Amino acid sequence: MQFDNGIPIYLQIIREMTLRILSGKMKPGEKISSVRELAADFGVNPNTMQRAMTEMEREGLVFAERTNGRFITKNEELLVEKRKEIAKEGTENYIAYMEQIGFTKEDTVSYILETEQKGEE
Amino acid sequence: MSLLTIKNLNYHYNANVVLRDLHLELDAGQIVGLLGSNGVGKTTLMKIISGLLTDYTGDVQVDGHQIGIETKKVVSYLPEKTYFRKGESIESAISLFRDFYEDFDEKRAREMAADLKLNTKQKIGTMSKGMQEKLQLVFVMSRRAKLYVLDEPMGGVDPTTRDYILQTILQQYAENSTILLSTHLVHDVEQIFDRVVFMKEGKVLLNEQVDVLRQETGMSVDRYFREVYR
Repeated sequence: MQFDNGIPIYLQIIREMTLRILSGKMKPGEKISSVRELAADFGVNPNTMQRAMTEMEREGLVFAERTNGRFITKNEELLVEKRKEIAKEGTENYIAYMEQIGFTKEDTVSYILETEQKGEE
Repeated sequence: MSLLTIKNLNYHYNANVVLRDLHLELDAGQIVGLLGSNGVGKTTLMKIISGLLTDYTGDVQVDGHQIGIETKKVVSYLPEKTYFRKGESIESAISLFRDFYEDFDEKRAREMAADLKLNTKQKIGTMSKGMQEKLQLVFVMSRRAKLYVLDEPMGGVDPTTRDYILQTILQQYAENSTILLSTHLVHDVEQIFDRVVFMKEGKVLLNEQVDVLRQETGMSVDRYFREVYR
């Protein structure tokens, strides 16, 4: 994973892990690798990975079982909420981008429908 | 208590002032990037911390001891250039490290050498440059040191070797040890740092946690580095 921008790396890791959960690459209730293994996978420092895990635990996205390690949350409501949150952000960014290149909100809506229909044909 | 404490450090080489009134404090348990353009004194600073340059003035302490025999026991130094003798084999280098360093973990060194698929009888001088660099790192990281001082471990190696070196550092990094790593390839390694120290004109310009720096400047360390040294 490339970490290019000015956002703290632990936040970028949380985002990436969240996307993996939402997209189904990681399943609810699944055991996740140790901090050390994850750090090696992401190519980051174990302290950074630990920070990301602590934060994800706080948000309830993962939970720890004393001796067994960490698992992905089984809380479907929380995942629905997260999905909405990320969808909102992406949509707002998209609308802002379309406005920048001259589309009104209405234009954008009809453009999406149009593109969608073409895609189905 | 901090692991490394430097106060009023001055060093000059003939008429050239290399380090001027340098202050630096680092705690245990972090990976620290020592950054700065060529000639700002990174190598000199690292040599002083490792006990190789002694004609400095000022106060330099590692783990509560003035630089000397006690600190050499807990500081593992990777020089810019490899120090193996060409005719030496891995086997003889292992026995050398065993004799020199109490904290040398021979088992670990052998495992890492095996991972590199190296024959321990082969003469080091006959290995490729990249392989020699990897091997050097294997030895340095095989010590159970408190402070690892790595001078440009990724200098002049290909991207695959660079990845190997980064992975090795991350895997071998023990929780309470500190790694001080100098580099000018900020972009490739910034994700492994907890903290960066910027040097300029023989002084410490900035000593900050990477996440704080990213949050405050909205830039990656690499971009910020380019701004500062423009």
